[in-house]
Amino acid sequence: MEKVNSSAPAHETELERAVLNPLRKTTLPFWGAIAVLGVLFAFSMGTLVRQWVLGLGVTGLNRPVYWGIYITNFVFFIGISHAGTLISAILRVTNAEWRRPITRVAEAITFFALILGAMQILLDLGRLDRVLNVVIFGRFQSPLLWDVTCISVYLLSSTLYLYLPMIPDLARMRDRMADSDAATAATEGKKGSWQNWRYHLYRIMAIGWHGSAEQHRRLEKSIGLMAILIIPIAVSVHTVVSWIFGMMMQPMWHSTILGPYFVVGAIFSGIAMLFLFMTLIRKMWGLEKWIGAKQYNYLGILLLVMSVFWAYFTLSEYLTTGYGTLVHEQHVLQAKLSGEYAPWFYAMLLLNFFVPFAILIRRKGRTPAGTVIASAAIAVGMWIERFTIIAPTLTRPSLGYEKAIYTPSFTEIAITVGSLSLFAMLFLLFFKLFPAISIWEVEEGEHIAAVKRKAEELLGQPGVELVSDAVYESNRRRLETGV
Amino acid sequence: MPRWGMVIDLDKCFACQSCTAACRMENNTPPAGPGATDDGRAILWNEVLAFVEGEYPKTQVLLVPRPCQQCDNPPCTYVCPVKATYKNEDGIVVVDYDRCIGCRMCAVACPYQVRYFNWYAPAWPPALRAHLNPDPEVAPRPKGVVEKCTFCIQRLRHAKEKAEAEGRPFDATDYQPACVQTCTGHARYFGDLDDPESLVYQLSHSPRAFRLLEEMGTEPKVYYLKQG
Repeated sequence: MEKVNSSAPAHETELERAVLNPLRKTTLPFWGAIAVLGVLFAFSMGTLVRQWVLGLGVTGLNRPVYWGIYITNFVFFIGISHAGTLISAILRVTNAEWRRPITRVAEAITFFALILGAMQILLDLGRLDRVLNVVIFGRFQSPLLWDVTCISVYLLSSTLYLYLPMIPDLARMRDRMADSDAATAATEGKKGSWQNWRYHLYRIMAIGWHGSAEQHRRLEKSIGLMAILIIPIAVSVHTVVSWIFGMMMQPMWHSTILGPYFVVGAIFSGIAMLFLFMTLIRKMWGLEKWIGAKQYNYLGILLLVMSVFWAYFTLSEYLTTGYGTLVHEQHVLQAKLSGEYAPWFYAMLLLNFFVPFAILIRRKGRTPAGTVIASAAIAVGMWIERFTIIAPTLTRPSLGYEKAIYTPSFTEIAITVGSLSLFAMLFLLFFKLFPAISIWEVEEGEHIAAVKRKAEELLGQPGVELVSDAVYESNRRRLETGV
Repeated sequence: MPRWGMVIDLDKCFACQSCTAACRMENNTPPAGPGATDDGRAILWNEVLAFVEGEYPKTQVLLVPRPCQQCDNPPCTYVCPVKATYKNEDGIVVVDYDRCIGCRMCAVACPYQVRYFNWYAPAWPPALRAHLNPDPEVAPRPKGVVEKCTFCIQRLRHAKEKAEAEGRPFDATDYQPACVQTCTGHARYFGDLDDPESLVYQLSHSPRAFRLLEEMGTEPKVYYLKQG
């Protein structure tokens, strides 16, 4: 086995042990969860095959409700994909130190939610066999092409953005595996407990990282660049998702607020999803020490702010529509306020604003338990929000000779459950293979904190502002060389 | 180049549905049972819509036959991602059934709901199947694509071919869609909206003339004459 000059400490740190142990040992509850999710997913695949054979008639869609919960799921998944962008990119750009232990989870949500979101559009196509026509005959005048373009770019850049900060950790795992293999080989004369293919996977993915100052400089530079680039890309993605609806002259869709409203909703549901998944990982992997009160408090405040933003946008949209008397708009509004969509509409308000606001406004509410309750409410509420934007408009067409009814069929519900299962399954399997916390970034954060404490000590005054890059860089080099 | 348009006189229409039936036979739209119709799955390129207003006994019913409005400014074609639907050289909005990917964006964009989706593969009882229109232009559409009224463009082609075979110039009056030809009450008129001599030009300029959802700026080429 090749010997690589490693930047890792000679012995495993507590953080490393905590993060890497779940990757080595698999617990029964983990396999149980995978099995349950796998069965749900397999079942939904069965219904999907049936849909492909028979046609979209197996859904509850009709004329004029041409779009239903597949499109709702599409908007929902693309929405939660904003978790990664916000946490990683915005917090990285603004140098929020507490982001460090949760960036990896956030970026993984983005990656898998995007894949699931794009899949929903494919499920909804009448002719999946002709999907390449979008590439061959694509018309950029169609909002659908805007989506294809922006989502592809976002998927590429978020894959890169997930991968880049993982390189030092991959190298760390490569080295630890080499060490443990060598140790077992020496004592027992056989292969270590970590299987060989994983070593090769990490070795290839680490692309020769050995932690030199030059490599660090390049990595920081590219991560910094990606963090800035990915913010406008993410905003564009959810804006064009809303424009699929906004560009149509349909009541309550053809509104200028739709783009920003969707972006706010996306970030909002993204943070909620991050809370759910980071709590799950924290619990299953036992990472309470690193994902702690600080993260829950700060991110909780952010969630609270987004909830208020969302409520403000909702009020603007509905009050403007309601104050006017435009006939077609009124029909749709009535469907939501007092028609058959009223239960959905009020549930949406309750779950997206009243429940989270009541919990998160108090410091005591911004705990793991409190935020998980608020986030679960928001996750459901934001799905309902997407649904109440899409369905009521379609059931009340402008040429209103009759009102249409849309009831999702069993197939649609099964495929929705299957999609959520696949999402959770991919997420869990991913963190079975890759560390859930960015080890080197947390270590870097600890160094920075230590340096800062030292500087405060030396200068004898608290609250010293560090020129973080330069100071950190020189200190890190000093720590490394032991000078 | 004629600008093909239609005028429907609501005073003369008595909602006999023969236009709907003629369209079905001409364009090979599959029959739908009562179940599928209730589910909003019936494919009817021409439909007679009932606008019911007021409570019994003071009920007002307005029956409006509705083919594709053949907008000059068609919102459906703007949103198609693959140019499977477009306004052809005759100004008629058509669908390329071999290219359509079935995303239904056009169907959602159309404010008149003239677009129909093939939820399943179309099926006919044997007796009806034997009487399908053999014209290749209206061959049954596959499942998963969108279809709509085309002002019977196959008839336009036939009329042009016929004129050529007879060695005379093609005249706008040579061509009319099946619904116009069959209309029992002679309520439908068809022709060149740009020709001041034509009946449709004169009727579309009548004070009784209006178009559906005119305020949306779609510029439909189907005019209605107000019920009086």
